[in-house]
Amino acid sequence: MFAYVVRRVLATIPVMAIVALFVFSLLYIAPGDPAAVIAGDQATPDDVERIRQSLGLDRPYLVRFGSWVWDILRGDLGVSIFTNLPVATMIKQRIEPTLSLMIVTLCLAVSIAVPMGVVAAWKVGTWIDRMVMGFAVLGFSVPVFVVGYLLAYVFALELDWLPVQGYTAFSQGFVPWIENLILPAVALGSVYIALIARITRATMLEVLQQDYIRTARAKGANQVSILFLHALKNAAVPIVTVIGIGIALLIGGAVVTESVFAIPGLGRLTVDAILRRDYPVIQGVVLLFSFVYVLVNLVIDLLYTLFDPRIRY
Amino acid sequence: MERRTFLGASAGIAAAGVSAPALSQGAAARTLRVIPQANLTSLDPVWTTAVVTRNHAFLVYDQLCATDGKGEVKPQMAEGWDISQDGLTWTFTLREGLAFHDGEKVLAKDCVASIDRWRRRDPFTQVLWPNVAELATLDDRRFRFRLHKRTPLLLMALGQTQFPCFIMPERIARTDAFQQVRETVGSGPFRFLRDEWNPGQRAVWAKNERYVPRQEAVDGLAGGRVPRLDRVEWTIITDPATSGSAMAQGEQDYWEYPLHDLLPMLRRNRGVVVEQRLTDGTYGICRFNTLQPPFNNPAIRRAVAMAVDQRDYLRAVAGDDPAGWGVCEGVFTCDTPLANEAGSDALKTHSIERAKAALQAAGYNGEKVVLIAPGDYPQINALSLMTADIIRRLGMNLELISADWGTLIQRRASKEPVERGGWSIIHTTSSGQSLALPVFHLFLRANGNDAWFGWPDVPEVERLRAEWVEKGGDPAEGRRIAEALNREAMQSMYYIPLGYYWQPSAWRRNVTGVFRAPATVFWNIGKS
Repeated sequence: MFAYVVRRVLATIPVMAIVALFVFSLLYIAPGDPAAVIAGDQATPDDVERIRQSLGLDRPYLVRFGSWVWDILRGDLGVSIFTNLPVATMIKQRIEPTLSLMIVTLCLAVSIAVPMGVVAAWKVGTWIDRMVMGFAVLGFSVPVFVVGYLLAYVFALELDWLPVQGYTAFSQGFVPWIENLILPAVALGSVYIALIARITRATMLEVLQQDYIRTARAKGANQVSILFLHALKNAAVPIVTVIGIGIALLIGGAVVTESVFAIPGLGRLTVDAILRRDYPVIQGVVLLFSFVYVLVNLVIDLLYTLFDPRIRY
Repeated sequence: MERRTFLGASAGIAAAGVSAPALSQGAAARTLRVIPQANLTSLDPVWTTAVVTRNHAFLVYDQLCATDGKGEVKPQMAEGWDISQDGLTWTFTLREGLAFHDGEKVLAKDCVASIDRWRRRDPFTQVLWPNVAELATLDDRRFRFRLHKRTPLLLMALGQTQFPCFIMPERIARTDAFQQVRETVGSGPFRFLRDEWNPGQRAVWAKNERYVPRQEAVDGLAGGRVPRLDRVEWTIITDPATSGSAMAQGEQDYWEYPLHDLLPMLRRNRGVVVEQRLTDGTYGICRFNTLQPPFNNPAIRRAVAMAVDQRDYLRAVAGDDPAGWGVCEGVFTCDTPLANEAGSDALKTHSIERAKAALQAAGYNGEKVVLIAPGDYPQINALSLMTADIIRRLGMNLELISADWGTLIQRRASKEPVERGGWSIIHTTSSGQSLALPVFHLFLRANGNDAWFGWPDVPEVERLRAEWVEKGGDPAEGRRIAEALNREAMQSMYYIPLGYYWQPSAWRRNVTGVFRAPATVFWNIGKS
């Protein structure tokens, strides 16, 4: 197992290298010029060129790529073209809100969606099943921003229970922290809940047909232990896989959610950087996201062994 | 349902239906929470021309002189200036007691260094600078311009709002004008709190306790810049509906640029004031690429202009309320001394049918028209889509490209034919201030390759512009030249003026002392 973990961690290096090459090349060929953004409307082409030179954007592709990779190997993600702040500092400023949003969404989604899926499979064909599936369809169909605006309208503006926007750091207290995250987490989690609930239901339906479930029932095991101990454990591998895949969904959804609720997270940092062509920031954030995604996949693979002892690495 | 419609509706219901919250107390009452028009990404007002950076700079830095409500340049940091009888020597004297935020006194050498850095980037001053023989420090409080010839416009350049001359300490102002300064030390009414700056989320300024404001009442950007707040906090909220909700709930106090779609709803909220604070409207323009077919033919450009009705454009941007916009069928800012419509007949035609006939007569032969619309700039996008509709209705061969602003500003630099990545039509907007005089009117320039994108080459326009710089001090001469310029520009029609719209601001009713100005500034504002 240990050897497997080491192998997998080492395997992230070529993956990250490919991501780095891909991101850098994509930005190199993509249209847009930060020097033109900085120079403004009144600048002459000479002004733009001078800014481009001062930013080192006039250097050849290989020189720029080599210098960027060399900096990364030394742990330096570079400096933002616009703010003059180190990219690592900017990421540090933004990582807590995004991480908080992801964790709360993940906890909320799993704690709601798994029981929903289990109950729907147990009560298959009944109104409960239909309600759960109806909710799942709704969750998939309604865009995150619509859910966000509706939640903000009802719970922030009408009922005045929660703030409309913003983020409070965890260090300033749990209550203000969670108050700011409930609505965004529910909005972001709606698709995620729908996805997990559907997969849980489908997998549970299959497991509940198995002989060992029939045997458990024949032995007189109660319904809760059949569902949650016998069936759910055996249905866990596909569910955990979907939860892992869904993290990519969360990263994408966080961009919209952070905008709707004015949360200063990595999603907004990425969009702002793309719109301004702040290359060092885009490269740094995309590398980080790729690393997180590789890591999540590793964790999911390791979790398989917990749920299914037959799996060995 | 479109996102914009949905957000408009939801924020509208919210803004209309929510009662005003209790007034803030204590520290909150001395902090103004602002939603700025854009994210503050860079802090150097010389390095970038971003309006949001300029607004930040007005908080932090001071100016030698500033423009009052009537457009006249008045002393600000300067106690005054003496002009020699021949007009060739200008001596500025600084007020007593001026100090930078780091405690150092403001000296004449700081002003000289700041002017020297700023003039390298300001297009207006670049026109005038050949007239300057020397700029030198005389003593701690005095510095002097020596001129080759009389240059009355120099004062206007120093006091302008479009690209203001902010004073920094000499050690900072010595930074290359094309490099960003690394410190933010000014002598203005507020200090920038760099430790609390989180680009994309928040920027904070604290009152400069040592600031010595002028004794005169505030008047435009001139007069006493009195800091009445302990803190000014900008929170970047990119979503207009969320901004509207935050204003309705009292989570924010001031919204610089509310989306026009949301204005009626904000106005219905008794806790929110919506008023036109900025003194200048925002002007839209449609720019042709004069190097490539079909718009290398002035007759085709004029034909398109004949189909334009500015009111359609302005409704698309700013809504149906005529109080929110104005028709301006000339190249100079309306209601300013040079505004005129001499020769603007094509623009007053407003007829698709006549435009079609003119297009045919001009020899349009089905050449492709590439129009780039920036999807991430709602106002400019709306202008672009209006022109696209006109081009289609004229039966021209249109390719409409939707891009983001970053892509557009790169592609507009291409002089290539449309088949090789070039373009035919772009749009942009500009503050009325920058279109009031020929000397800094960017879109009017027609000096070929050195002109703004589209690169029109009309020597007569350039000759008239130079003549205005020479004789612009004489009102009658200035007016005559301005009329000739309008006539020439309309004849060549290298860009179509699309009128102007007002951009109101919104603030909570407990915000006091808000005054009209050509820029969003926060001195003299308090909270009750």
